[in-house]
Amino acid sequence: MKLIYEKSSPGRPGVQMSSIRISPTEEIPSKYLRSKPAELPEVSEAEVVRHFTALSRLNFSVDTHFYPLGSCTMKYNPKACEAAANMPELTDVHPLWPQLRGGGLLTQGSLQVLYNTERLLSEATGLDEFTLQPMAGAHGELTGVMIMAAYHKDRGNEKDHIIIPDSAHGTNPASAQLAGYKVVTIPSDEKGMMNFDLFLEALNEKTAGVMLTCPNTLGVFNTRIREICDAVHKVDGLMYYDGANFNAIMGRYKPGDMGFDICHLNLHKSFATPHGGGGPGSGPVGVVEKLREYLPISRVVKTNDGTYALNYDAPKSIGYIAPFYGNFGVIARAYAYILSLGRDGMLGTSNRAVLNANYLQEKLRPLFGEEYRGRCMHEFVFSGKCLAPYGVHTLDLAKGMIDRGIHPPTVYFPLNVPEAFMVEPTETEDRDTLDHFVSVVEELFEIAKNGADQLHAAPVTTPVGRLDEVKAAREMRLSYN
Amino acid sequence: MFETLGIADFDDLFSAIPADLRSDEMDIPLGLSEMEMMQHIRKIARKNSTNLVNFCGAGFYDHYIPAAVNALSSRGEFYTAYTPYQPEASQGTLQAAFEYQTAICRLTEMEVANASLFDGGTALFEGIMMALRHTGRNKVLVDEGVSPIYRKMLRCYTQNLSVNYQEVKLSGGGIADRAAYQAALDETVGAVVFQNPNFFGCLDNLSELIEQVHAIKALAIMSVYPQALSHVETPGAMGADIVTGEGQSLGLSLNFGGPYLGFMATTKKLVRKMPGRIVGETTDAEGRRGYVLTLQAREQHIRREKATSNICSNVQLCALRAIIYLSLVGREGFLEVGRDCMDRASYAWHKITKIPGVEPAFNRRFFNEFAVRLPRDAAEVVSALVDQGIAAGFPVGRYYEGMENILLLAFTEKRTKEEIDILVAKLESAMKV
Repeated sequence: MKLIYEKSSPGRPGVQMSSIRISPTEEIPSKYLRSKPAELPEVSEAEVVRHFTALSRLNFSVDTHFYPLGSCTMKYNPKACEAAANMPELTDVHPLWPQLRGGGLLTQGSLQVLYNTERLLSEATGLDEFTLQPMAGAHGELTGVMIMAAYHKDRGNEKDHIIIPDSAHGTNPASAQLAGYKVVTIPSDEKGMMNFDLFLEALNEKTAGVMLTCPNTLGVFNTRIREICDAVHKVDGLMYYDGANFNAIMGRYKPGDMGFDICHLNLHKSFATPHGGGGPGSGPVGVVEKLREYLPISRVVKTNDGTYALNYDAPKSIGYIAPFYGNFGVIARAYAYILSLGRDGMLGTSNRAVLNANYLQEKLRPLFGEEYRGRCMHEFVFSGKCLAPYGVHTLDLAKGMIDRGIHPPTVYFPLNVPEAFMVEPTETEDRDTLDHFVSVVEELFEIAKNGADQLHAAPVTTPVGRLDEVKAAREMRLSYN
Repeated sequence: MFETLGIADFDDLFSAIPADLRSDEMDIPLGLSEMEMMQHIRKIARKNSTNLVNFCGAGFYDHYIPAAVNALSSRGEFYTAYTPYQPEASQGTLQAAFEYQTAICRLTEMEVANASLFDGGTALFEGIMMALRHTGRNKVLVDEGVSPIYRKMLRCYTQNLSVNYQEVKLSGGGIADRAAYQAALDETVGAVVFQNPNFFGCLDNLSELIEQVHAIKALAIMSVYPQALSHVETPGAMGADIVTGEGQSLGLSLNFGGPYLGFMATTKKLVRKMPGRIVGETTDAEGRRGYVLTLQAREQHIRREKATSNICSNVQLCALRAIIYLSLVGREGFLEVGRDCMDRASYAWHKITKIPGVEPAFNRRFFNEFAVRLPRDAAEVVSALVDQGIAAGFPVGRYYEGMENILLLAFTEKRTKEEIDILVAKLESAMKV
């Protein structure tokens, strides 16, 4: 499809933007001004609308396709949450207004949304206090690890490393490093859990903490979690819960009650805010009472007279991790979602998410020739290596799925499973969709066995076929000239 | 489905997990119907003041957003997709990102841009880390004209890293202090950070200063306000190596602080050091043009603790809004919006600086925002005017010691002559108190 710049024609106006001039602008000396205007597109509004509507139709999305992308929780995003968050009373509020007059009297509504959301997340996770400032999951991780660092510094603890299992998301080690810690990686055992003996070997007085995803990316719940927490607490380490997979346990288990000290949640996963093609997200962080004073500035507080205010007085805080209060628009959607679910709906969500995953796992296991390793949680990982004898890889399976109108699962992650094929159906899919998915996988296996060429050529129904990524990296055409 | 799994109820699904871990007591109300939820939120939302005439900017501006921006960006095909890991099924998102990167390059006159970062503050931090990685040095000089909101973030992010973070005071004229840089620039410095227009709205031409930064083999980073780039000299023309900024003014609501749009642009030479997602053009086997995420070897899901950044998502939907906005207003419309902003600021400057006792705080070269010195505490004046329905600007005393009387006022195309006249009248009477 043509680029918007290729549709541009000199002098063609877009939306009428110019208003009545109120006075001629004073001349600004030319050394402060650009020498020529930016070459933005010159297209009519109608053409812009057609262009981006046409582009949108090239996408697979939750609203148009089954999207079982493992570890991403691609559930349906209720439209009512959009409508609630798009109220102009919420969208048209300047973030500095609370500073114009003490206590944020101008923004009581927005502050109440933040305050209420923090309380609800505390209840859902069993952690005492929340900050909503982190702007994505990885940002929440960084915030959490910085809180860890501030705690140890304050206590005079000499810590130098964080323990992370090999099944973790890549963001865990990257975040730990940014907070100044070395990373010690622990391999998984045959059940897919962090190897307990190797973990105990690695744990010592210098351990700042452990970052765990539970259930982890293999969809396995670590049943020794209490023992792990106890051992870490004995060396005054902190337990970090990566809430990427909170959807599997919400309403049934709480990270705080398991023994975790810090937790981030991905509102764009468990709490149904849209993924937006890759952001914006939101990654609130919850902590136990002893870590409250290290949370980022500012804190939303409820005063004695029932109004809401911002508190900036926090001498031990890690400081300012966001310009303001977090991705408010995303938080408002999550607030609407939690209110809609309620505690009954939360339990229903994890129940259905885990049921759907187990159902698919059970139905697909014979095809992949996987052994029964017990129940999974909200997702499961199979290996596509069973297709190797036919010259077919997991990638081919994924591309074949696209031709059949399904967004493929996550492939080649986690890294510790060869030819990984990671499926997370989520709770919002019904049995018909799951059965259809099974029949598509069966069909693709049949095709693979009877001649791999068709799968190697896939996808053929999309606007482009498989793209040459090596060429993209070599030629580096990163903008239109 | 229970039958397929041989279970009796949901609890059976979780039977492998020790029973004592169960904790389903929650002080959360039962679920609301859609109507009840909407009523609940509307009631809360109405507690916000929404009739304020806003002259408060300080890096975040109340611009008009054409209706088609919301209409297009709220299409579920964009909204409910995720990171384009499967490029054949994501060409809409990928092509829009490529078009966005192109627009950022053209606005800044830089060679390459990434597909976005969280916000202007985190983008600036990422820019500094990128420069320090490249130069192998650990000292960064940050101009005090850089948003104090961002400088607080930078101090936070660098506290656990071996980064020598130093700030350089402003000149009396409210711009980068040439003499101070003369003294501070030495071969331990890896990066120097400027903002143009700076926090006080002052314009500068930093070309010569950037030459001096290059002379010690350090990199120059510039944080910019994209709407100003309709008219203001570009960071590319001034020789900046890394450009970051907040893209909120390109079609995003103020939204009480987010989601916003961090952007970053740099030179071809530095592209492999740039964090964040980058979309590149390529072809399929039949030679058809298409777009993919490229240079992924820099990223955390491959490099883990050695990655250029811990960031794994961008803010694609916000970047999409920006490219839709820029396409809708187009080359001419973008110039017109900028001109309308400048007109209004210029008109207001002449009126406000004529109020007895009110003086310009700094030089009079500005785009749409300027600072004035009042004869009394600016925060008190603003409080008084808030009661009369006007957010009269941002009192900067909170962030700059000794500037309690300085008021920063911003003007966008949304403000009318009548509104400005009322502002001036109210300010004038507030001075007489």
